[in-house]
Amino acid sequence: MNIVVAMKQIPDLQQIRIRNRKPILDDVALTFGNIDKNALEAGVQLKEATGSNLIVVSVGTEALEDTIKEALAAGADEAYLVLDDEIGDMESSSSARLIAEAIKKIDDVGIILFGEGSGDNYSGQVGSRVAAILGLPQAGYAKSININGNIATVTRSLEDCEEVLEAELPIVVSVIADINEPRIPSVTQILKAGRKPKEMLELDVTGDSMLETISNLAPEMQRKQIEIETIEKLLKVLENEGLLRR
Amino acid sequence: MAAILIYSDKTKLAFELLNAAQLIGKNTDLTIKAVSINNDEQAEELAAKGAETYKIINPELNLADTGAMASALLQTAEKLDADIVLLSSNRRGKELAGRLAQVFKAGCLTDVKSMQTENGRIECVRNVLGGATVAIQEIISDKKVIAISPKAFPAAADEVGGTINEYVVNIIPSGIKLIETRAKAGDSVDIEAAEILVVVGQGVESQESLPAIMEIAKNLGGEVACSKPVATDKKWFGEERILGLSGKICKPDLAIILGVSGQVQFTVGIRDAKTIVSINNDEKAYMNQMADYVLIADIKEVLPELQKAIG
Repeated sequence: MNIVVAMKQIPDLQQIRIRNRKPILDDVALTFGNIDKNALEAGVQLKEATGSNLIVVSVGTEALEDTIKEALAAGADEAYLVLDDEIGDMESSSSARLIAEAIKKIDDVGIILFGEGSGDNYSGQVGSRVAAILGLPQAGYAKSININGNIATVTRSLEDCEEVLEAELPIVVSVIADINEPRIPSVTQILKAGRKPKEMLELDVTGDSMLETISNLAPEMQRKQIEIETIEKLLKVLENEGLLRR
Repeated sequence: MAAILIYSDKTKLAFELLNAAQLIGKNTDLTIKAVSINNDEQAEELAAKGAETYKIINPELNLADTGAMASALLQTAEKLDADIVLLSSNRRGKELAGRLAQVFKAGCLTDVKSMQTENGRIECVRNVLGGATVAIQEIISDKKVIAISPKAFPAAADEVGGTINEYVVNIIPSGIKLIETRAKAGDSVDIEAAEILVVVGQGVESQESLPAIMEIAKNLGGEVACSKPVATDKKWFGEERILGLSGKICKPDLAIILGVSGQVQFTVGIRDAKTIVSINNDEKAYMNQMADYVLIADIKEVLPELQKAIG
């Protein structure tokens, strides 16, 4: 069986600087979102439990060929990549179409894993869209996944309850950060990552645009930034502002 | 006449969607239609808010089967001539949004925190780049699915003229079985409702400090929240207390933030607080720039003082 993990290359959010309320993305390193790393770890654990092969699928700019090593070092066996430098901030509908097309090229897919949302846009659409394109059952917000033979059992966490869902494979599952703690790859694994197979897919990346961004600016923030020396003074200030009901 | 369709599994959120739909409807000639699935009470409550309500009752339609739900809403939208579907951006709604958008051939925006309509265009506001920026975006495809964050709009007011229409759809199951629904382990705290939040970051070094922090929050009449690593890495709290992009986005009157460095994925969860206090031993912590009052101090040392003063 093949386990697929879909991951999105994003700018390292900690390196983004704001100038004149605009985000500066030049020279910002690319990486994978944190929750995508949880999805990868879930894939690695399922691979170990079921003796499967783990394939990471990703769509992104040419830099992805390098970024993908992170996923290959952390336990993926091979990668299916769609590279195009025109792929900047791709819309969810286009990413989903390309990821689904890539998955169609893989035989015997048992489970397709996503993070609940990408680290940058956190829109959470791509997993659901891929499930719709492939006509598969889906279980979002998983906190645990078990595969027994041909059946997946997923416990998922909603705001007010947990649901235990069951489906025959193949299934699309999105995970929450609570599901696991991603392992840190060893030096040997990092060295081996470059030699793992990478399939470069030639797919038509042009798609209909469904969204238009009118503006994208950092929120204006005007905080007083007053330094206070002691707890006593702090409480006095807060009390004077009517913030403490005592 | 073309319509806006609204649906949420949660009645409270459906009321908010109704209000949002009224905002869009006011500036256009779209009518508003509400869908209620396997929930008689919700259908009546929506009708009491004046909504033209379509009630689907069919035990074979399982709310946990996102594929079947998307198909049910697709059929309803097509039949009722709705080009715009509003869903709630809670977890169930967000999962449904992507699936419905795909089968509806719609552009989709989720986690929309406010909206304005201009010349028939619906401008949606949402956080992007992990919350570093706030984008105004418009769906330009003919069909639109918009998932609106809980509490982004107030509930719609009661109104006369509501109707309930029983409605039948074909159920197309996608193969999901619901085995069990259970209460969440851990606490049922609602940090979004708290007027005061005391926030635990990784700068709170020892778990032994937590009882004091809980007591301080309680005596202030507030709740304790935390940054994501404190819950997911250290496991000191459950995910219901996480502030930030993948946690809760809160707007308390006062946030006292203990030992948080201030990465944007965190600050997006608290930057709308009226007053922010940052207590941190690192004077260079980015959180301090986002605060109204900054106390540079060792948290271990100030906690007993705070406890004593507020106790």
